[in-house]
Amino acid sequence: MQRSLMRSLFALALLATIAPAAACRGDDERRELILATTTSTQDSGLLDVLIPRFEEESGMHVKVIAVGSGAAMAMGERGDADVLLVHSPAAEEQFVAAGYGVERARVMYNDLVIVGPPRDPAGVAGTSDAAAAMAKVAAAGAAFISRGDGSGTHAQELTLWAAAKIEVPTGRGWYAESGQGMGATLTIAAEKAAYTLTDRGTWLAAADRESLPIAVEGDPRLFNVYHVIVVDPDQHPRVNAQGARRFRAFLLQQDTLRLIGEFGRDTYGQPLFTPDPE
Amino acid sequence: MDLLWEAFREAWRLLSTGDGDVYGITARTAAITGTSTLVSMVIGIPAGLGLALGRYPGQRTLVAFANAGTGMPPVVAGLFVSLLLWRSGLFGGLRLIYTPTAIVFAQTIIATPVIVAITAAAVMALPPSLHLQIRAMGAGRIAYLWLVAREARLPILVAVMAGFGAVISEVGASMMVGGNLSGETRVLTTAAVLEVSKGNFGTALALGMILVAITVAVSLALTAVQQRAQRR
Repeated sequence: MQRSLMRSLFALALLATIAPAAACRGDDERRELILATTTSTQDSGLLDVLIPRFEEESGMHVKVIAVGSGAAMAMGERGDADVLLVHSPAAEEQFVAAGYGVERARVMYNDLVIVGPPRDPAGVAGTSDAAAAMAKVAAAGAAFISRGDGSGTHAQELTLWAAAKIEVPTGRGWYAESGQGMGATLTIAAEKAAYTLTDRGTWLAAADRESLPIAVEGDPRLFNVYHVIVVDPDQHPRVNAQGARRFRAFLLQQDTLRLIGEFGRDTYGQPLFTPDPE
Repeated sequence: MDLLWEAFREAWRLLSTGDGDVYGITARTAAITGTSTLVSMVIGIPAGLGLALGRYPGQRTLVAFANAGTGMPPVVAGLFVSLLLWRSGLFGGLRLIYTPTAIVFAQTIIATPVIVAITAAAVMALPPSLHLQIRAMGAGRIAYLWLVAREARLPILVAVMAGFGAVISEVGASMMVGGNLSGETRVLTTAAVLEVSKGNFGTALALGMILVAITVAVSLALTAVQQRAQRR
């Protein structure tokens, strides 16, 4: 008796697991597009403007997964995303060279700035040489919060340490890695009165700007360029390449670029991104 | 202090106007966590009964597993479900990643052990004489299970409450397998995390207040049922 009892319980449990899955299938594959992108495009609100327009125009349904550029490219490598909008040029070139992505195209840029506490313990406020500023922060041992998450901004930060000829200060008391998105990292930096590297868009949109003013801006090394990349459908048969190409074309069309250039002007008095197709 | 006050005012405004899709997010959260709890009940209560009443080798090990499972970290459940449901995963062809169903899967993994363990503990605590009594009544297999479950209904209600509490409060699994997509898989906890990262603490607080209100309301309702049952 006990055995058949167990068997019926097991069958019931199995049924309960499978039933909801079966009920939810049938989403048309070609109408669904997974966009893996950076936290900055989501936290700034830009995608809230662009995606509904694209969905209306194309009749497709976009799932936006906002992670760091590194994680976005990892998703592309596995074919877990169809199209990427990322800003980590060196890693992107490797990604394309390795055959994971095709048709990489420049869409827009914004700039990165170094922000820090108003009392400016490292004495870098108002300067424009980012590498020199990083060296000063290190020399002063002033608190610095790194993204530490393999995102595009994190990659840029590592380039700056290299340019300043300083070993990445992981493990030093004044250097901390948040491991989170830009918005969250800005909150932490403000709370801990620390310097951090941020894109201007997220800073304008998310930060408590009075307690975390801009210290360093205008260095050409601080340009933050966003590219769209179609995940190579030859590597992963499940990738919706047609949808990905359509999204790429949408980003590069005149209307969209104008929209990108206008975004943020009414709220922040200045645009957050500058459209810059090749 | 200003920030807190401002956050409260913003929270009140959102609650009264329904801006920022707070109602939609709330309804979605209720639907998803409700389904997860229901599925976990359907699996967990029979499994808990089987675990407590069955006599077979390895039973103690299974009980230990269920007890350990009550501490299942949501991120682990989320990662496990992600690895299965990603397109590159075993069940990628089902295209379930970043859907409410995926969240239900992950939350079921979180809540089921809780319900199994508490149900099993409750049934094992029933007096042995009860089983003899029920058998003596000549009850069939299903009737036997039903009567035992009835006797243990109050602690089983606690099991369901605990399971619900675990899934409504988790954020790691929902974020990972749901993707926090607005209008689809954004639930109260993931929405609150997003709003914090955007620096909108008022909105985040509003969402948090709704979350707490739901938890309190559900607990009160279940407690009322429990107390009424007890009086009988």
